[in-house]
Amino acid sequence: MTQVSTIDHVVIRFSGDSGDGMQLTGDRFTQDTAVAGNDFVTLPNYPAEIRAPAGTVAGVSSFQLHFAEYDVHTPGDHPDVLVAMNPAALKANIAELPAGGIIIVDTADFTPRALSKVGYDTNPLEDGSLEAYQVHAFDLTAAATAAVAPFGLSRKDAARTKNMYALGLLNWMYSRPIEGTIAFLNKKFAKKPEIRDANIASLTAGYNFGETSEAIAFRYEIAPAPAKTGTYRQITGNRAVAYGLVAGANRAGLPLYLGAYPITPASEVLHYLSDAKSAGVMTFQAEDEIAAVGAALGASFAGCLGATSTSGPGLALKSETLGLAVISELPLVVIDVQRGGPSTGLPTKTEQSDLHIALFGRHGESPMPVIAAQSPADCFAATFEACKVAVEYRTPVLVLTDGYLGNGAEPWRVPEMSELPAIDTNLTTEVEGEYLPYARDEKLARAWAIPGTPGLTHRTGGLEKAPGSGAVSYDPSDHEEMVLTRAAKVAGVVRDVPDLIVDDPSGEAKVLVLGWGSTFGPIQAAVRIVRGSGRKLATAHLRWINPLPANLGEVLAAYDRVIVPEMNLGQLAMLLRATYLINVESYTKVRGLPLRQSELADDLNAIIDEEAAK
Amino acid sequence: MTAPVSIAGTGMAGVPVALTPLTRKDFTAPNEVRWCPGCGDYPVLAAFQSVMPDLGIRNENLVVVSGIGCSSRFPYYVESYGFHSIHGRAPAIAAGVAMSRPDVSVFVITGDGDALSIGGNHLIHAIRRNINMTILLFNNRIYGLTKGQYSPTSETGKVTKSSPQGSVDNPFNPVSLALGAGGTFVARTVDANRAHLTATLKAAAAHRGTSLVEIYQNCVIFNDGAYDPLKAADGMIKLVHGEPVTFGADNSMGVVRGADGTLTVAPVAEIGQENLLVHDAHAEDPQLAFALSQLTDQNHLTTAPIGIFRDVERPVYDDLARAQIATFDDDAARDQAVSALLKGHDTWEL
Repeated sequence: MTQVSTIDHVVIRFSGDSGDGMQLTGDRFTQDTAVAGNDFVTLPNYPAEIRAPAGTVAGVSSFQLHFAEYDVHTPGDHPDVLVAMNPAALKANIAELPAGGIIIVDTADFTPRALSKVGYDTNPLEDGSLEAYQVHAFDLTAAATAAVAPFGLSRKDAARTKNMYALGLLNWMYSRPIEGTIAFLNKKFAKKPEIRDANIASLTAGYNFGETSEAIAFRYEIAPAPAKTGTYRQITGNRAVAYGLVAGANRAGLPLYLGAYPITPASEVLHYLSDAKSAGVMTFQAEDEIAAVGAALGASFAGCLGATSTSGPGLALKSETLGLAVISELPLVVIDVQRGGPSTGLPTKTEQSDLHIALFGRHGESPMPVIAAQSPADCFAATFEACKVAVEYRTPVLVLTDGYLGNGAEPWRVPEMSELPAIDTNLTTEVEGEYLPYARDEKLARAWAIPGTPGLTHRTGGLEKAPGSGAVSYDPSDHEEMVLTRAAKVAGVVRDVPDLIVDDPSGEAKVLVLGWGSTFGPIQAAVRIVRGSGRKLATAHLRWINPLPANLGEVLAAYDRVIVPEMNLGQLAMLLRATYLINVESYTKVRGLPLRQSELADDLNAIIDEEAAK
Repeated sequence: MTAPVSIAGTGMAGVPVALTPLTRKDFTAPNEVRWCPGCGDYPVLAAFQSVMPDLGIRNENLVVVSGIGCSSRFPYYVESYGFHSIHGRAPAIAAGVAMSRPDVSVFVITGDGDALSIGGNHLIHAIRRNINMTILLFNNRIYGLTKGQYSPTSETGKVTKSSPQGSVDNPFNPVSLALGAGGTFVARTVDANRAHLTATLKAAAAHRGTSLVEIYQNCVIFNDGAYDPLKAADGMIKLVHGEPVTFGADNSMGVVRGADGTLTVAPVAEIGQENLLVHDAHAEDPQLAFALSQLTDQNHLTTAPIGIFRDVERPVYDDLARAQIATFDDDAARDQAVSALLKGHDTWEL
């Protein structure tokens, strides 16, 4: 008799060859989990090479999912359950599975040849090396092949349904319904009935195997997480960025124009917006990164909301055009999905090392507002805010996300358009007397007239301008005034930056941990651990990095120690020290991976204990 | 009353036409023109400003985008919406304008350094896509604004501050380059020939798609007389669609196409009038246009064909791009489409 246990969270990692469909399997399990009402965060991990040699460790692709009955912030440091579809997947992931963890393994490929290919001298399923784990070894490939025998597929196609068999088994183990995935398969393979039927049969067979075989003695249930009512979907950071642009342009009443050039891990922003023509979005796959941002700026000049999406190497190429956007004072939204650098660096891995290029990577006095998203769903809100500031202040705005946020997913409550704030374009359509394109409103935003508007023809460009008229001017005092005005305008965005809220439940913490961007999840998880041990710890998280919240100096001064974790070598810490003359302490990791919550918690505990001992 | 129609035809389809006739003065911006006295840019500006009223365009529906260089100051002198942008990037910036605004007519002003050196990539891709814009390439065969370095169209052996022993670069033939990139309208004209310049600008504006006009333009300070050899009686080969290609004193020289397709220049008396090549700018096959462009003596410029090498119709990138995109009757319809996009197909209710 199968025993059903109630647990509050679990981390599952699906792993296999990059051709085994692990991303799809993980994605479907996530969707089935979402429908069950759990909160979740996911993290796909795949090789930089599109098709690394089959059966090798380099070719292993994985998808990790953390779901719980409470709000989840990270995909989890370590899996509790490892699904391994071949020896390479086992080899690549076993070191991260803690003792006692569950392994579900497909034995089909555990041949001497495949084993030696990944460096196993003996079969780990037989040599006792996995004794510390709960191993469930089945020939999933053979079981799937047998289940789909009636559909007359080739041997290869039949074997390919093994991922659905594994998915069915996992759905049974964690009490997830499979109806959603059946509906998905019906739609996906509508034109290939035999593939559709085979996948559904394999999925159902996997589920029934768990139900009837008693091969696995435990089954788990996880209660739904509490959440605000509404319509939800799962969303990755890259999709949320794309939709933030669509919503921002819509609320501004401007057409959205995206110029982009393919680059990992940002290409999906281009893909999703190219697939948004039904919502009136125009995209341009340009000849290079420079043309991509150039066309976007040209579209803004013409009266669109211009946007461009890229990653570090592309941002470097766009620098000169961003300077033109700054001096011509046109709206532009720039998305940087950060990856490990410098140069080609780690294209598929995550890092926060573009903060300084975002803030300072242009020649001349060239300030730009910068906002950093803190979770996949927050990529929508951060991008929307960026659109609002770009349009209302006539300035390029940079949105920093990263590979971890871009590829990670979590539930997102889909907003109605009417819930989102209006964005005021305040276009100049007629003037009394002379039109002064660089006359300013109370926010210092300039008077923006677009082509097609009679009587307001004017010239702008990269040369310095006289205040007001915008006429070319090399006058020293005009230059100084314009430099100071552009700086004051960007600094003035602070009126739209909420004060930083500190989470310090006891009000007695001496240590503040301050993060920015995608470290939000791991920091929140670490704080939960630290507080669970009875220690007192305050935390706060920055979204706007330029301008910084008005109360930040006060917040920093209120704590004995301020710890700033970053996935770089201390770029925010340098900014805070320079700005506030406060000795914040930098905590840095540059492994191309998100911070580990347990490691961070241990280190924060040590700091708190050290402080208490003083 | 029927709406006025532009003589520019399809090139300006979708662009509103001025209801009352405008004059050259209407297209003259109040800014003082600051090119060197005698610069070849002046006659081009004058021709441009006189052609615009003929096209029937309204000031507010004209957008002039330029890069960096002497000629790129051009937008400041035209009463229109103008964007003086970044070195080499004007075609990319103009692409964003052309794609998003079918109701404006887009002109790109660029030079030999701007278009062919730092901006070579954008130029060939604009031409390849056939984006609806007219590119005026001012070719003075020198870097003027930076005070006289050799350019990508300078002759081999050119002695300048950056090539004191003579340049070892091989020059581009801009017309051949544009034809190689798939140009649908490719022409060459000369600053000093007002009638030819005006006619060429009109034809370029009338073409829907990318029109590339190379303008031989004299720099009086750093490369004066670069085009003087063409002033000889047999210097310029004027190309006129549908007419035999002859040139020189009394049109005594002609072009003949050999059995292997190559073009040869010889006295008409030797070739025979009936064997002369007849220019066909509308030929789908670009081989003839390319062969004609190769009659240019790119180094010494003793001979160069001028006129319209190629003028053919091909689907236009921005028209195709716009055709894929939904349009909405009102805000509610657009909100609904955006909401449907954001929801996707896999939602759940809580």
